[in-house]
Amino acid sequence: MKAFSTLLDRLVLTPGRNAKLKLLTDYFRTVPDPDRGYALAAIAGTLDVPHVKPKMLRELVLERMDEVLFRYSYDYVGDLAETISLVWDNEQDPPERLSEPSLGSVIESLNGAGRTAVRGLVRDLLNALDPSGRYAFLKLATGAMRVGVSKRLAVQALAALGERDANEIEALWHGLSPPYRSLFDWIEGRADRPELKSPAIFHPVMLANPVEEGDLDDLDPSHYAAEWKWDGIRIQLTRKGSLARIFSRSGEDISASFPDVLDAITFEGTVDGELLVGGTFRSNGAARPFSDLQQRLNRKGVTARTMEEFPAFVRAYDLLFAGNEDMRPAPFLERRQALQHVIGAADPLRFDLSPLVGFNSWDELDRLRSAPPDPVIEGVMLKKLDSAYQAGRMKGPWFKWKRDPHNIDAVLIYAQRGHGKRSSFYSDFTFGVWTEGPEGDQLVPVGKAYFGFTDEELKVLDRFVRNNTVDRFGPVRVLKATKEEGFVVEVAFEGLNRSNRHKSGVAMRFPRISRLRTDKRPADADRLETLKAMLPRAE
Amino acid sequence: MSSKMNTDNLLFPTPEGLYCPIGDFHIDPVRPVQRALITHGHSDHARAGHGAVLASRETLEIMRIRMGEGFCRTEQVAMPGETIDIAGVRVSFHPAGHVLGSCQIRVEHAGTRIVASGDYKRSLDPTCAAFEPVACDVFITEATFGLPVFRHPDPLGEIRKLLASLAQFPDRTHFVGAYALGKAQRVIALLRQAGYDKPVYMHGALVRLCEFYQAEGIDLGELRVAVEEEKADFRGAVVVGPPSAFSGVWMRRFADPLPAFASGWMMVRQRARQRGVELPLVISDHCDWPELTATIRDIMPGEVWVTHGREEALVRWCELQGIAARPLHLVGYEDEGDA
Ligand SMILES: [Zn+2]
Repeated sequence: MKAFSTLLDRLVLTPGRNAKLKLLTDYFRTVPDPDRGYALAAIAGTLDVPHVKPKMLRELVLERMDEVLFRYSYDYVGDLAETISLVWDNEQDPPERLSEPSLGSVIESLNGAGRTAVRGLVRDLLNALDPSGRYAFLKLATGAMRVGVSKRLAVQALAALGERDANEIEALWHGLSPPYRSLFDWIEGRADRPELKSPAIFHPVMLANPVEEGDLDDLDPSHYAAEWKWDGIRIQLTRKGSLARIFSRSGEDISASFPDVLDAITFEGTVDGELLVGGTFRSNGAARPFSDLQQRLNRKGVTARTMEEFPAFVRAYDLLFAGNEDMRPAPFLERRQALQHVIGAADPLRFDLSPLVGFNSWDELDRLRSAPPDPVIEGVMLKKLDSAYQAGRMKGPWFKWKRDPHNIDAVLIYAQRGHGKRSSFYSDFTFGVWTEGPEGDQLVPVGKAYFGFTDEELKVLDRFVRNNTVDRFGPVRVLKATKEEGFVVEVAFEGLNRSNRHKSGVAMRFPRISRLRTDKRPADADRLETLKAMLPRAE
Repeated sequence: MSSKMNTDNLLFPTPEGLYCPIGDFHIDPVRPVQRALITHGHSDHARAGHGAVLASRETLEIMRIRMGEGFCRTEQVAMPGETIDIAGVRVSFHPAGHVLGSCQIRVEHAGTRIVASGDYKRSLDPTCAAFEPVACDVFITEATFGLPVFRHPDPLGEIRKLLASLAQFPDRTHFVGAYALGKAQRVIALLRQAGYDKPVYMHGALVRLCEFYQAEGIDLGELRVAVEEEKADFRGAVVVGPPSAFSGVWMRRFADPLPAFASGWMMVRQRARQRGVELPLVISDHCDWPELTATIRDIMPGEVWVTHGREEALVRWCELQGIAARPLHLVGYEDEGDA
């Protein structure tokens, strides 16, 4: 584990591409199998280990330390895995100093441990590792490994091990699974080219980044296709011979909940799409809202009546395998054409094709996005025409651009240090709007936001917090907020619900600080009445 | 109750710093005062412009190097362990293990003893005298690293990371950011201890302090000033400089520099990332959490006053141990500059 955790520590802080390559290649060259293969999978996000819940980790650490001291520590560090890796005191419970566990043994024991044994296993591993090893292990076990190494870079580091072509490695790699022994053997010239495994397994999906301010400025609209973003759940359908499966986007097998769709998979291959409830375009039907789809989710079995009332179908948008042929390296347009054939031959009641949205400029697409033709559309997806299907979330090839959220102007009331990248900034804010109180107008908190602003804006906010704190409760700073003095922000949010748990009576969904309104006085901020008027009408 | 009244009357915080009204002196005042007792030479503790200054011989020398002759009107050397009477208040200085010359200051009056420890650490440091626990009624402790997340590793292990990186990237200049007083000399001494015997290059800001350390008998090996004219080949060299040189023009003279930083803050990844550090070296001149709590256990004072840093966590820990403790709100001490 030591070599792996050292590599991670170096990689996350190394900005230079060449230096990263050097670190990776040196690691692959000096570390034996299966560790290096697991490391490759961990870095590239293709490692599949049963996830340990943050709740359990918290419980484990609180077995051995005061909750208040833990909270102070977590508030300071801002990242749960890192906090636990640092505060864990293994002198309380000295490990039997056999030897430091290897990465391979850590992963194999995680995979082998039953549900009940996991807790003890995690505790033992935390005891046996040093802080850096604990951090690497916890990132692995919580599925939150982010190293800043693209797949392409990892592939190039592999290519540097031997005489193989990076593109050939990349195409092969997708069909193999960790710890990639056969891949390393082939790259290092000890064995023949490995045979690809069947595609009837889950393949990690390609994810989109949200469109943020300025993202599209330098992009040419003619290089992108647009599709509506449907409000269902992302799924992957796969069939090989008699074996068909439906996976959620995280790879969970949800076949049992959707026998109606499962039985209709007659094509061989792997399709990416949106699972919806209602009727397909091809049967002149309409998709129904997410609340209807919820009737079909998280159920072990499903009754004939439920299937009749809430029929499921798939709106397909990508093709990973056509039969045995790996389509992922092919450009989007080519995959889309092949998909059209597959869907054209499939059951019209269960499958249709997610239509493309024609547009000539970003402005035009922006207008379409804001007024979509169907209530089950939540925005548009942008897909670069020449992009390969790459698992993970790379910036550039795919974007999601949601409908405009709602906006209000609010006043900052409390601030707390952020987490992760922003742990030394005050970046978590509670904001409020005005309402009539016993002694005139007062601010009532209506939500919390910790993103939406740029790094420059964060500095402005942080400076305001540091210079305008009037009180503190633990890590929370109370900010100056009167009619005349205070900080006004524009808050954007996705939706609004009634709430009995909040003093204001409303709860925002996904609020973010969309603009700093340094031009406004707190007295100009919105009132609770305005917000309440945005509530959906009671049924 | 009466003891608490006594301790509060003996020493309390003022805007200038800790003040003893009976002896009419301040400890580490942040503004010019008549009479100052100085724990150590870091700029947030030792400032120019006081009337009389009482400090260890080394601290007085360091103040002279950094601020020039005339940094105060009169100076007096405090010998380690020797008791000095100031208007009936008995004062003595004891090693703090922080940097060369650093001391804790013990103040005693009418049977009440307070130790103001300044900045201190417990881990081994070949460049200064080790911390000595001093019995007292009130122990004033810093809390720079007063959170359970700070468990500083063996500094030699950190130096080995630097040596490993030099081997892996032999063409890159390894620039080690280290505070000019104490940390820089400790990093160099650790390099020597780890067997590194090539010349170490230093930023001009370090020269006089390194010379002073060497004159005090601390072996730093061969040091060279990293001057531009030389156009020397700095590839694969170790260059030590103050953290402020990190982003400056000065750095540009080195080809493909690899920025390292020696600081206790490097424990937290985000801190390293913010500073653009590629190679964090967790080497601290302050106590980590286990050292802070062990020191309080060693001394077992009647009461603990916690200052500059993470007061709330250390106060909480004392509460859990049944030790009376409170935060002492002193202003003007750096949040993280010299850690
Ligand atoms: Zn200091």
